Amino acid sequence: MDLILSSWPWYISGPLISMIMFLLIFNGKTFGVSSNLRTICSICGGDKLSIFFKIKVKDHMWNLIFIFGSVIGGFIGFNFLSQSKSVEISDKTKIILESYGIESFKNDYIPTELFHIENLGINNLAILIIGGFLIGFGTRYAGGCTSGHAITGLSQFQVGSLYAVIGFFLGGLTMTHLVFPFLFL
Amino acid sequence: MRNLYFFIIGIAFGIIMIKSEAASWFRIFEMFNFESFHMYGIIGSAIATGFTGNYFIKKLNLKDLNNNKIQFKIKENTYRRYIIGGSIFGLGWALVGACPGPMFVLLGAGFYSILIVIFSAVIGTLIYGILKEKLPH
Repeated sequence: MDLILSSWPWYISGPLISMIMFLLIFNGKTFGVSSNLRTICSICGGDKLSIFFKIKVKDHMWNLIFIFGSVIGGFIGFNFLSQSKSVEISDKTKIILESYGIESFKNDYIPTELFHIENLGINNLAILIIGGFLIGFGTRYAGGCTSGHAITGLSQFQVGSLYAVIGFFLGGLTMTHLVFPFLFL
Repeated sequence: MRNLYFFIIGIAFGIIMIKSEAASWFRIFEMFNFESFHMYGIIGSAIATGFTGNYFIKKLNLKDLNNNKIQFKIKENTYRRYIIGGSIFGLGWALVGACPGPMFVLLGAGFYSILIVIFSAVIGTLIYGILKEKLPH
């Protein structure tokens, strides 16, 4: 039981993620979470704004059900299957975080300095809105996110996915090393 | 019945995202600082096992449960949309520490401010859809 309640090592987690991919493949589907954002746009009337959103929502229902399941999974995993809420990051990471004035790694799963409702000032609100926008815009521009490109695409040796993952890192490294020092220091 | 199946796979996915800590901003921050092997191990071992499975699917001509041959769609032969779009996504991924899957998982875990991220991501997708024809691909 302790094994389940503590943080899962990468060599368990990675193969389990590809198992999710295969469970979908054997049902005639593909593993790609960000497509749901497009479906949500279609449901909310986006089909009136662009032909990009003229899709048969019915064909994508399974993916919305999948993502609804993952919300429930997040609830179960966090509340019933976790002993500690904190994350087992390396000591060096902790030192960098402390230099940014972020201390919540000691008790929390994600930085409360950024996400806690009580701390939602203009700055944090801007971070969440801009971050979300970049994710939604970028994933659809690139035609997929971590699940569709990094896992599904690279495991099929798709060249396009390799470019996309290079892009993910160009963006991620830029944010972490060039923007974060301005934001947090 | 099929819907129940996808629902259960979704639950499993959510639990894996929480327990692997891939849904944690701290792990993404650590990854982009190259301070731990953890995230690289997760993505790397998922790709390795995924590749092995895909190899046998092709080799054995496996069919899915609907009795259709499993085929992999080849992605477009271009690099611009992948590099540009990927970089934009990467900026957001590092900033809020969650990609589209973990966003929903975190909502279930009770981090309600992630709703702002999800809402903005839908708006981002909507704006992309509107501008699509004007963007280089």
